This record gives sequence, structure tokens and C-alpha cells, in this order.
Amino acid sequence: MFDYETLRLIWWLLIGVLLVGFAITDGFDMGSGIISLVVGKTDDERRIIINSMAPHWEGNQVWLITAGGAIFAAWPQVYSVAFSGFYAALLITLMALFFRPVGFDYRSKIETPKWRNNWDRLLFVGSVVPPIVFGVAFGNLFLGVPFSFDELMRARFTTGFFSLLTPFALLCGVVSLLMLITQGATWLAMKTDEELKQRISKLGSWTALGTTLLFAIAGVWVSQLDGYSIVNMTNFNADSNPLAKTVILNAGGWLSNYRLYPWMISMPLIGLLSPLATWWCLRNQKDGFAFLFSSLTLLGIIMTAGCSLFPFIMPSVLSPNFSLTVWDATSSYKTLSVMTIVAAIFVPIILCYTLWTYYKMFGRLNKQFIDNNNHSLY
Amino acid sequence: MIDPSLVDLSRLQFAMTALYHFLFVPLTLGLSFILAIMESVYVITNKQVYKDMVKFWGKLFGINFALGVTTGLTMEFQFGTNWAYYSHYVGDIFGAPLAIEGLMAFFLESTFIGMFFFGWDRLTKVQHLGATWLVAIGSNLSALWILIANGWMQNPVGSAFNFVTMRMELTSFSDLLFNPVAQVKFVHTVSAGYVTGAVFVLAVSSYYLLKKRDIAFARRSFAIASSFGFAAVLSVILLGDESGYEIGDVQKAKLAVIESEWDTATPPAAFTVFGIPNEKTMTTDYAIKIPYALGIIATRSLDEPVIGIKDIIARHEQRIRTGITANALLNKLKSGDKSPETIAAFNKVKDDLGYGLLLKRFTNDVTNATEQQIKQAARESIPKVAPIFFTFRIMVASGVAMLVLFGFAFYNSNRAKFMGKQWLLKFAIISLPLPWIAAETGWFVAEYGRQPWAIGGILPTHLGVSSLHSGDVLTSMITLALLYTALLIVEMYLMIKFVKQGPSSLHTGNYHFEKLSNQGVN
Repeated sequence: MFDYETLRLIWWLLIGVLLVGFAITDGFDMGSGIISLVVGKTDDERRIIINSMAPHWEGNQVWLITAGGAIFAAWPQVYSVAFSGFYAALLITLMALFFRPVGFDYRSKIETPKWRNNWDRLLFVGSVVPPIVFGVAFGNLFLGVPFSFDELMRARFTTGFFSLLTPFALLCGVVSLLMLITQGATWLAMKTDEELKQRISKLGSWTALGTTLLFAIAGVWVSQLDGYSIVNMTNFNADSNPLAKTVILNAGGWLSNYRLYPWMISMPLIGLLSPLATWWCLRNQKDGFAFLFSSLTLLGIIMTAGCSLFPFIMPSVLSPNFSLTVWDATSSYKTLSVMTIVAAIFVPIILCYTLWTYYKMFGRLNKQFIDNNNHSLY
Repeated sequence: MIDPSLVDLSRLQFAMTALYHFLFVPLTLGLSFILAIMESVYVITNKQVYKDMVKFWGKLFGINFALGVTTGLTMEFQFGTNWAYYSHYVGDIFGAPLAIEGLMAFFLESTFIGMFFFGWDRLTKVQHLGATWLVAIGSNLSALWILIANGWMQNPVGSAFNFVTMRMELTSFSDLLFNPVAQVKFVHTVSAGYVTGAVFVLAVSSYYLLKKRDIAFARRSFAIASSFGFAAVLSVILLGDESGYEIGDVQKAKLAVIESEWDTATPPAAFTVFGIPNEKTMTTDYAIKIPYALGIIATRSLDEPVIGIKDIIARHEQRIRTGITANALLNKLKSGDKSPETIAAFNKVKDDLGYGLLLKRFTNDVTNATEQQIKQAARESIPKVAPIFFTFRIMVASGVAMLVLFGFAFYNSNRAKFMGKQWLLKFAIISLPLPWIAAETGWFVAEYGRQPWAIGGILPTHLGVSSLHSGDVLTSMITLALLYTALLIVEMYLMIKFVKQGPSSLHTGNYHFEKLSNQGVN
């Protein structure tokens, strides 16, 4: 079929697709979950917001779960090092995510305001924590993660939860949060109407501007960081052994890919300009386009991170030679081949039926809809 | 050596989160099919009561499903968080079914569950029925891929060790897919799920029948549950995964431990119904036996022996000795000697590499392990007998009790005589916990019975853990336990609330409590 090197590239791209898919779909759920508590004043307003995603959030969340599974299958060493190295951060995220399924499903099962307000708060926690932690985690990739391997290839760390919270990583966390709030706002702009929609659009236009600004600052900051590069790798088809290469650090090195492959510049450009377009669309009631541009923002920003780091996935600050890269941290040729066939068959099928369900549930929600379906909605 | 308390805590956390997860999974597996059957009847007959049944049982399904998803999140990520070395060592094989599960099954189930709950007015009748069936098929396909992953842990086929990458790698995807252990486990597990769904519907319906309310609704639910459950319980017992115990080394050890069969008996071996396993003397005290039964059940023959624990330990001791050689050769390879002779010598013994790694619990230097350490590793190469011996019998007893229940329920529902049979309705209600007891004890037997291995014969459990501090894991375990328990209490509260309300919770105006209150108003 393909050679090992090509398969490794395909899987770098596919995991990118899964992460972008997660951000676009589950991202608007998380953004909406935040907006529900911040903008939604009454139970009816919150129910409009929550029920706009009710038919979709379960499917959307699978993007995250499948991304987890795909990283396990395609980059087992990354799954192993990242998830155990960021142990506390991962568990906090996981526990925050717990509150979403139950928050959605249980909040309207009982009518008392106390019951519902508490679930709304938990839903907010489940929506606000993951974007921040994922952003912080990405930020730490640029700074390098303190891990090393022993002779059995067992990873060892010198990191704790609080050492992850450096200023640059926190900035990345805020970018991630703002872009997903914007995503939620553009979704809700399509699904709500009248005064509620105006308030949400206003919030979204501000967070869109904030996304551009902070993304630009993060870009300038990255140009000052030490980047990693491989100096002696000749065989990109070799068995995955992350100990065999030599890696050097150089200031501003994370931008070197943009000199090597100028087309990659399109990604940060999309990341910078799309939020501005989102801002304009939200101001001018172009709700569908606002959602489209916000989704492009997510693509641009996530792929900027991927392209800047490429071929690195997890640089090791402790022993740079042991950094995990696209070329030496993947699963075997056989596994990648099987997984490529599976993905080639199922990703298009998934996209088809997902789009079909969105098409079927198309349209705005209002108070009357909530009243009419009081007992069957969230 | 790896901190033993880290290993114990990691195992405890995994056991807790997995057992919690499996409180919700079997009901999802079974109830989703029951919903699909009910809705099919609705679409065919066009009777409103069947639509109400789908909606009401669907409501309970949703309450359960939410926690299934919640606890499932942990399962997807905790191989990485807590079993990092395991993830590295076998991720090449084990990760694939998990990823395929997401792509093929979980997407399907989760996308259409939204349509199931919120698509009633947006989809045509047949489209909605299709969505319901896809939820059922998706959840069952999910189980298939998870059990292919789990089956590989019990019987690791289609893979080989690669000393360059220092891990197991996939050699045959079809072997992984058609692993016989995975196949029997799949049938056994989903059938157990169907039984769980059926017992749930049967018990709750019986409660309404006993209270003499919403009779038409409850009667039909009872009838569907009894026939579905009868077929499922036969499948669980007849296609029990007993037949999978003759395949693979770990499974054989598990079988000997389940039976507390210390010495290899002359075939066909007797089945020990009850007894008290004694680890010290390596005997079973007060044993009550049925002649020939075990030999026939386990080997499907009269002349094949079922190997006893003492012989298994002796075999393991041999493999541990070969494993020491394998470890020595691996060290040679790692230190740079990659001559064809060394590679050939390593390939000859590498199947026993994992047995050598068992010694890592007692010494860092496997190649210079003492005679006593080898003996100890061999003795501990099989799990403790008593916990498995008893839990297995609890599982079987629960299964038999459910067989009796569904036998009566099915017999009576065919004659539509069950409504007056109070004892049958009460029997159904008190049977409610049985499928959960059977499922939890069943998983305990399967996974504790796999010890000391994470991957049978390949990777010892204690080596699989992440490089964490035991304090980290203790903290996460306590937090998870508190959160799970709190959520379980909320779930049970809502379940009981809606079960008590019954179909009146649909607010159609046609059911018990609404009629009562309407009369009150009038």
C-alpha cells in the first residue's frame, strides 16, 4: 500500500483531523456549556442553550474518545508518556468531563431551581476545565516535557501539576478557552433567536477578537522559545525507537518549518484572520458564516501548533534525544496499515451520518419549543 | 523494583473503575435491543402503548446510559494514565481495537442516541426505528471490540516481541480479530447484557402488575422481557465461556483455579461443586464432586485431561528458567551484539521472555535470580484460589436462578397467566440484583483469574504500571471513588423516582397517576 514513512505522515494528519473535529463539534458544546451559565439568566434561556446541543453532544464527545483511542493505536508511546506524565492534569480533566453526561441528562429530570442550578454549575465546570487543560498541555509541548526512558523503555518524569502552569502554557490555555467560547457562541447564534441571540453574539464577537490578539502574542512568544530539531535521521522507515536520534535546541527553532515549507504559513494566517471574519459575521448577523469561520479558526490554530512542532510530538526537555516524533514513536507498519484502512472506510461514513443528523435537527429553538416539549427535553 | 504499593493501588483503582463501569454497560447492551424490539412492534402494529413503552423504558435507559458514558471516559484514558508501561508494551496491538471501537461503534451509538431521544418529531417512524436499531447495534459492536481487546489480554495471539522497539507488535490482524477466546467472551458478555436488560424490564413490570396499575403497559413489557430474557439466559449458560478455558496458558490456569483442581486428575475430571480451597496444603477441604462433569464441560471429551495447579506451576517454573535465558539474550542484544546467532538464539526463547519478567517482582537482576526466587515466582504464577473459586460459584448460582426465573416467566407469559401469579411477580422483583451480581463476579473471575499477568504469558501486571508515586494514585482513587459513588446515588435516586412514577412520567394523560389526579380535579 504505502510505505512506512507515508503512513506515519497520514497518521499525523489523521490525528490532527480528529483533534480539529473534536474542537469543532465538542468545542461548541463546551463553549455553549460555558455560555449557558454566563449568559443564560433564566431556566428557559439555559434550556434553550442546552437543548440546542442535546441531540448532538453525545456524538460530538466521541471525537475526543476516538482521538484518545487513535493516539493509543497510532502513537502508543505518546499515549503512554503524555497521559501518565500529565497525570494530575488528565485526571482533573477527566473528572470535569464526568459532569457533562450527567449534567445534560439529569438537570431537567427534577424541576426544583436548586437541582437545576447545581447541575448547570457542574456542566460549566465540565465545559470550562477541558479547554484550558488541553491548551496548557499543548503549550507545554512547545516548552518540552521533562521525561526520559530507562533500559526497558519505561518512561520516568520529573514533573508535577503546578510545574505545568508556566506563563506561556497558561496563555495557550486562554487561547484555547477563548476560541471554544467563540465556537459555542457561533453555534448558538445559529440555534437561538431574538434578544438571547444578541447577547450571545456580542459575547462571541469579543472572544473572537481576544482569540486573534492572544494567538498573535503566543506566536511572537514562540519565536523566542528554544525549538527542537533532529540532526541525524536518515531512515524514516525504521522501526520505532525514540532513542536512536540526535536532537539539538536552537532559539526560534519552532518557526524553522515555515522557512522549509512555506505553504505551512497558511495555517497561522487562517488562525489569525478567521477570528476577525467571525467577529464581522457575528456583528452582521451572518450566523452560518460565523460558525464556518470560527471552525476555520480552530483548524488554523490547532494545525499551527502541529506544523510548528512537526515532526516532534512530545519534545523531551530532560533528554532531547529521546523526544517522541512522527518518525520514531508510531506503532508498527502493520498496525498503521490496518488502522489506515479502517479509518478510510469509517471516517467518511461517520461524516455522512453525522451531517444527516445535523440536517434533520436544523433550526432555531425558542421558549415556546421548550414549553411544548417540557417533559421530553433536557 | 517497582513500588508494590503503587502496583496494588493501580490495580485497585482499575478494578474499581472497571467494576463501576460495568454496573451500567450490561443494562445498555440489553435494554437497547429491548427498545428496538418494542419500537419494531410499534411500527408494525401502530399501537400507541408500544410507543409509550419505548419512551418510558428509554427514559430509564437514558439515566443509566449517562453514567455508562461517564465511567467509560475513565476506561479509555486510564491505560495511559495508570498503565503507561503496559500502553507502551502492547499498545501496538491493544490500541487498535479501542480506536476501531470508537470509529465503528461508539460514533454510531452516540450519534443516533441523540436521534432516539430528540428525533421523534423530526424523523419518520421508520427513520426513528432505524436510529433505535443503530443504537443497539452500535452498543453491541462496542462490546465486540472491547472484548477483542480483552480477549487478547487473556490469550495473546497474532503478535510478537520486537527487541528494537522493546514492545509487542502486531503480526496478524485476523488472528487478533478471530481470537477464539475473544469470540466466546463476546457472546457470553452481550448475552449477559441481554439478560440484564430483560431482568430489569421484567422486575419493574412485575412491580406494576403487583400494584395492579398500568396493566396493559406492564403486561406487554413483561411478555417481551420474558421471551427475550429466556433466549438470552439460555445463550449465556449454554454458550458460557467455559469452552474458552482450554485455549491458552492463562486460561488453563484459570480453569484449574476455578475448579480448585490441585492435581491433574485422570480424565474425565470430576467437577467440584463446593469445597474450601487450602493454599497451604494445596488441597480442597470438604469437597463435593460430580464425577466426569468437568472433563466433559471443559474439554468436550472423555479422554483429555484438565491440567491441575501443581502441574501448571511445574510447567511455569520451566518457562521461567527459559525466560531467564531470554532476558540474558535480550540484554546482549541491547548492549549492541546484534549478530545473527544472538538474534536466532533470542528468537528461540523469546516466547518465554515474559516468564522471566515475573522475577522482576523479586529482583532487579533477572539473569542472576536465585533458586528460591524462581520457586517463589513459579508458585505465584497462578492466582489465589479461594477468591476465584467462590466468586465463580456465585456467578453460576445467579445464572441458574435467572434460568429458573425466565423458565417460569416465559412458560406463563405464553399462556398469559402470569398476572395472577403473585409468587412469580415477587420472584421477578427480588431477582433484580442477580444479573449485576453475576456480571461483576464474572469479571472478577476473568481478570483476577488472569493474575499475575496483565497480558497472559507476556507482561506481568506489576510491570505495567506508570512511573507515579503511590500517593498520586491514592489521591486519584479516593477522588474517583467519592465522585462515582455520589453519581451512583444520584442515578439510583432518579431511577427509583421514575420507576415509581411509571409511564405517568411521560405526561401523556393516559396512565395511572395522571388519571388519579384528573379524577381528583374533576
